[in-house]
Amino acid sequence: MSGNVSRRKWITTGFAAAAGAAGLGVAAKIADHYGLIPPDCGGIWGAGETLTYATQRLLMASGSLAREFNRSEVSKVVPVSGPQPKTDPYQRLLAGGFADWRLTVDGLVARPSLFSLDEIKRMPAKSQITHQACEEGWSFIAEWTGVPLSYVMNLVGVSPKAKFAVFYPFDWSWDSLDLPDAYHAQTFLAYNLNGRDLPADHGAPLRVRVARQLGYKSVKYLHKITFVDSMKKVGDGRGSAAPSYGYSWYAGI
Amino acid sequence: MAETTYLAAATLRETNVPRAVRFSLLVRITHWLNTISFIALVVSGFGILLAHPRFYWGETGGLGTPSIFDLPLPFMLGGPSGWGRYMHFQAAWLCVLTGLLYAISGLLSQHFRRNFWPAKGQLSWSSLRSEFWNHLRFKKPPAEEAYSYNTLQRLSYLIVVFFLFPLMIWTGMAMSPAVTSVFPFFVTSSGGYETARTIHFFAANLLVVFVLVHVAMVCLAGFVQRTRAMITGRVSGGKERPS
Repeated sequence: MSGNVSRRKWITTGFAAAAGAAGLGVAAKIADHYGLIPPDCGGIWGAGETLTYATQRLLMASGSLAREFNRSEVSKVVPVSGPQPKTDPYQRLLAGGFADWRLTVDGLVARPSLFSLDEIKRMPAKSQITHQACEEGWSFIAEWTGVPLSYVMNLVGVSPKAKFAVFYPFDWSWDSLDLPDAYHAQTFLAYNLNGRDLPADHGAPLRVRVARQLGYKSVKYLHKITFVDSMKKVGDGRGSAAPSYGYSWYAGI
Repeated sequence: MAETTYLAAATLRETNVPRAVRFSLLVRITHWLNTISFIALVVSGFGILLAHPRFYWGETGGLGTPSIFDLPLPFMLGGPSGWGRYMHFQAAWLCVLTGLLYAISGLLSQHFRRNFWPAKGQLSWSSLRSEFWNHLRFKKPPAEEAYSYNTLQRLSYLIVVFFLFPLMIWTGMAMSPAVTSVFPFFVTSSGGYETARTIHFFAANLLVVFVLVHVAMVCLAGFVQRTRAMITGRVSGGKERPS
């Protein structure tokens, strides 16, 4: 009799476990469909990372805006993190005033394009005075001027299949944003910091400015943006250079 | 089930019968999950701190601007703050979810009102003073204390559960640029991003002090017996759980 009870118990437990696993599988499929699974969802930290990303994505679904400040609150010191690449082609382009620099926009777009710095500066410009925190703990408030990335995305006609924008800089710190962040009103391609041309060490000639994530997502020394439908085949598949250095892809924290 | 367990504990405390289910299953499970997450949070928090062991007041601060204090620690760029962050937020999820379960069940079962809220007379000066001195002199507590909480314990648990942990979560939220884009009051009420970071650090220190004193008191009262109680739920081993 106890054998029967225990067998029944095992069968029930087995069914519950199978149903649970299937349920999790379905939940993961649905979550992925709605863009709630980050590229670095694997490994021992994947669970926390996925929970954070999914929760914040749902919270920010309405396109919430980062706080903006007055000009009087702009920080006097803007610390440098990740100084300019000391090698060519960056140094050559810098010496030439970036006249030969071009921004490549390709991938899942209707009109792959090259833009010169002048062409980007002629696009409708916007400014924001926002707070930027480095993952290390320091922070500053600055005024950034540039063109909203969404403007360039509409210009090249990003395909509805695209799910990520991948940013390639002249240094090692390539990165990517999901489309909600790429289309976000405060995501700029910035060429001006506090009223002056972007200094070399701050990312000249063009950098990404992402207001709702930590500083390292704001890629500097930009030269190419590629739109893709999955991050699996880009780099090591974890969304950016950050995870291979131990840092999370998503930095809304 | 939790309800009956708490009731049993409360009744037994009042009648001083030295045989009791001291801690409900839910309190025991959440206690140890919280222990794991707290250790992970302290270790990873320290890792993150090493990237920039300086503190500021207000919205902003960094090298080249005045700090309110600098810890005598090296700046370790790259490394501990990377895995530290992954670990910190994973542990924070465990801590917050466990904490919610604990807090909601503790409120519903009246665990907090019965066992944390100081009992009648416990708040009188003479009683508080003698308890305080006994603690300072590391006097071994009387045996019946194994069945309830003394006043200093009750007050410190209330502060930890209802003030320090919520403060950690609040100031933690204040440091998230994503969360504050939806709920800016986390950071505005904290007095700015860097102030939130500084408060987060001080509150973490108070929690560490609490844990050190807590463990010291457990050792004083009998480490094996008290730890066993938090695992099995019973004060002395082998005794039947009253139904």
